[in-house]
Order: sequence, then C-alpha cells, then structure tokens
Amino acid sequence: MKMHQKVSKKRIGYVYVVRCLMIISTLLTCSLVIFLIGYVLVKGLPNITWELLSTKPSYITGKIGILPDILNTVYIIIATLCFVLPIGVGAAIYLSEYAKNKKIVAMIEYAAEILSGIPSIIFGLVGMLFFCQFLNMKTSLLAGALTLVIMNLPTIMRTTQESLKTVPQSDREGALGLGAGKWRMIRTVVLPSCIDGILTGCILSVGRILGESAALLFTAGFAHTIHGFLSGLMNSGSTLTVALYFYAKENGEFEIAFAIAAILMILTLIINVGVTLIQRYYKKRRTL
Amino acid sequence: MNGRKHLVEKIMHGIFFILGFVTVACVLLITIYLIISGIPAIQKIGFFEFIFGQEWKSTSDVAKYGILPFILTSIYGTAGAIVIGVPIGFFTAVYLAKMAPKKIKSGATAAIGLLAGIPSVVYGLVGMMILVPGICEWFHLSDGASLFAAIIVLAIMILPSIINVSITALEAVPKEYEDASLALGATPEETWFKVSIPAAKSGIAAAVVLGVGRAIGEAMAVMMVSGNAPNMPSLFESVRFLTTAIASEMSYSSGLQQQALFSIALILFFFIMFMNAILNYFLKRGKER
Repeated sequence: MKMHQKVSKKRIGYVYVVRCLMIISTLLTCSLVIFLIGYVLVKGLPNITWELLSTKPSYITGKIGILPDILNTVYIIIATLCFVLPIGVGAAIYLSEYAKNKKIVAMIEYAAEILSGIPSIIFGLVGMLFFCQFLNMKTSLLAGALTLVIMNLPTIMRTTQESLKTVPQSDREGALGLGAGKWRMIRTVVLPSCIDGILTGCILSVGRILGESAALLFTAGFAHTIHGFLSGLMNSGSTLTVALYFYAKENGEFEIAFAIAAILMILTLIINVGVTLIQRYYKKRRTL
Repeated sequence: MNGRKHLVEKIMHGIFFILGFVTVACVLLITIYLIISGIPAIQKIGFFEFIFGQEWKSTSDVAKYGILPFILTSIYGTAGAIVIGVPIGFFTAVYLAKMAPKKIKSGATAAIGLLAGIPSVVYGLVGMMILVPGICEWFHLSDGASLFAAIIVLAIMILPSIINVSITALEAVPKEYEDASLALGATPEETWFKVSIPAAKSGIAAAVVLGVGRAIGEAMAVMMVSGNAPNMPSLFESVRFLTTAIASEMSYSSGLQQQALFSIALILFFFIMFMNAILNYFLKRGKER
C-alpha cells in the first residue's frame, strides 16, 4: 500500500468505488445463480415421486404424471439429433475442407449467424407454416423436431468447425500423399479427430432442445399420451418445458411445475458439467 | 477402379456442397415465408394503421389491429432490461476478466454458464412465484404481473451473454497497453477502466447489442410474468410484447387475425435483422483493430 500514499485522495476514492461496484456486481450475479438453483430444487425436489415420473395424467384419479412428457422429450431429442448431426457436420466439413470460394464461405457463415440470432418464436411460426401446413405433417413431434433442426444447425456447425481447425494440416497432407482420395482422407483422418467438437455440439444441442418451448408450442403441440418412438413422432405431444408452461400458466398446478423445473435444472447442471469435462478431457489428450 | 473412385469423390463433393447450403436455404425459407405470410394483413389493415394504431382488439366485432402498444412495450422492456442488466454484467465482466483470482474466476464462469442454460420457462415460473407477488406487495398493486416484472426477468436472462462476450473482449486487449499504463503510475483499477475498457469498446458494444437481441426475442418467460393485456406500456401495468402477442393468440386465431399475427412476426424479424446488422458492424470494427 506504499504506492497509495503517493496518489491523491480523489484517485484512491475512485479505486475503492470501482472495486466495490465490481465486487458487488459479481456477488449479485453469483448469488442470483445459487438462489435460483436452490429455490427451484427446494420447491421441486419434494414433489418428484415415482408415481409422477411413471404415469400419465388421468382424469379418473385426477392425478398428474409426466411420463408422456419425458418420453416426448427423449423422442424429440433423438429425432432432432438424427437430422441435425449429418447436416451440421457435413456443412462444417464443406466449409473447412471443400469450399475454395471465400465469398461462398462468408455467405454460409453469415447465414448461420443470422439463424442463431432469430428468436425461437419465429422458428415456431415458420415451422408451423412450413412443416405442419405446407408439408402437411399436422402438429406432430416430427414437425417440432425438424423446426429444432434448423435452430440447432449453427451450434453443431460452429463446434465442429472449431475442432476441425485444430486438426493439423500435416495429417491431411500425409493421408493425401499416401494416395487417399479426399473423401477417404476426411473419413479416416479428419472426422475421427474432430469427435470432441461433434460431441460438444451434441450436448449443447440437447441442452437447447430441453429448454426450448416457444418453438414447440405450435409445431409439436401439447398432448399427453404415451406412444412408441415412431407413432410418437407422427402425433402431437408436449415436451417437459411445454408441459411446465401449461401446468403453471393454464392449470395453476404449481407443484407439478416445480417438480418439472427441478428435473430440468438437474439436467442443465449435468449438461454443463458434461461439456466442461469433455473439453477438458480432449484438451489434455491433445497436449499429450 | 480409378474411375469409380473418381465418381465417389465427385458424389461426396456434391453431397457436402448441398449440406453446406442447407443453412442458406433455411434463412431464405424463413425470410420468404415471413414476408409472404406477413404482407397480406398489413395491406388489408393499412401500414400506418397497423404500425401506429394504438388499439388491439382482435376478437371484438369491429376488430382493430394496431400494434403500437406491442412495439413500444418491446422497446421499453428491452431498454429497461439493458439499463439494469448491462451495468451489473459489465462490472462483473471486468472483475472476472481482470481482478478475480483464478479459482473464483472459474467458479463464477461455471455459474454464469449455468445461468445461460436454464430454460426460459423456469425463469418464468420463478418470476411468477416470487417477482409477481413481490411487486404486488411492495407497490400495493392489485396484480403484480407487469412490465416491471418482465424487465427484471429479462435483465437476468441477458446477463450471461453480456458477461461472456465482454470477458472475451476484455481478455483480447493487448497486455502492452496495460503495462504501459501501469508503468506510468496508474493504479490497476484506473488502468482497467481508462485503458482496457476503451480498447475493448467495440466488443463490449457487441455484448450490449447481443443482449438487446436476446431481450427482444424472448417469449415464454415474459409471457408468464407480464400479464398479457394489450395496454399501452406503463411500468406497473399488464402489458404484451411483440413476441407474446404472437404466442398468446396463435393457438385459436384464424383469418385476418392470424394473418395479423404473421405480420407481427415480420416486424419482429425486421427488428432482429436490424440488431444483427449493428452487431456485425461492431464485431467487424473490433476485428479490424
């Protein structure tokens, strides 16, 4: 603190004011996160029962179960990933391995940027017009999944592209020099070493799908019936978030809503930890 | 054999080319669909009556479709969220980027990542249970579901984007700038606020614009706390945003009413594209430096 004796009082005041502001803001942000997690878990965890998780809503007993919503969420995640993975990874490969024209690359990257900025309610609206009405899919999980495919494309593309950048150019040249064609080089050298990017993209997408509600409201609908995978895709069904919205806002069933919120919160926690672990694991392996 | 290999190469090139252009096709699809379905209602209602009409009565006998209340609510709501969220996010970002010990930094970054991952309906639910009754009590109102509640929820929801983008911008400031300032006798705090922040200006501006985009586009959380009546915006009254106007009537609308909702989506899309353009401007300026 010897240094401070030479600076004027005004400047010392400035230092302390700014320091206070910074620490207060950070504390506020962090305590907000802790409070949110704590509040939702405290309110929600006691309401999670095996009965809630394993039954469907029944008018006869008047009890609510969320098994159909859980199944629908799983179906929609699987269906979305099935479409978005090949398209997103393919697009990233095209951008970093094939495309030579800089204008085309810029155009595709700009399009991905626009896509990631569009609000989900607009995706929902266009999904309803295009998939449900124009392609005549009605309100179904498949229409919802396809809408989510468009939403998650930029995520998968970005994470894959980032890890493609870390594949050493010499690996590619080595494969080509040994006489492999470009496709074979991609299949055997490039793809295996960008698995971490694809995995990260997958988990991030799962997180976004879990949390999405506005885009699914008009495309996937809000039925609570139990289906198998394929018949489920053809029928309307609500995911956990949409069910939360309806139980809280339309039916006033706050206990159920908090139970779902707690489940979503735990899944979000797992996803965040998962992404960090994957990135750490692959970083370590790279440096070895 | 060689010919077949050549053919496979050609086919794969074609497939990747098509996959690359799916994104562009999606953007075109969304734009075209929004314009085609959004224009008819604007033509029928009249552009000025639609944009500047102060009354929205879509279900009455003499239907009125004026979306000025929604536009103003969206603008006020976003502005409010920025006024509350940006200072908090900004100071947090400076602390985490420059001052925080390594352990605190990694902990706080993880917490902020979590904040970004929480589904918007969960924010809505917590807002419904805590904010709405709270506002009702503090300000002695009959109903707490109001623009104010929406502003607070939005301010919290834009925090992660503001903090993360600002941290990236602050960390990209060349160390020489700061060293020079410190060597001239400035305190670390003075260095951060008078040297680092001006140098990271465009990145921080981009963070704010990103927050604006997030706030304008948010639908579900806002729908759960804002009360949803098509009033002209006022801090403690029930209001409807552009996004919630679409979401709340879509399920039962038809005819001109539905077309008007598509037009609202078109207006919202223009807002977002405008924000995107500004964001790009700032990001590009940051890169050129």
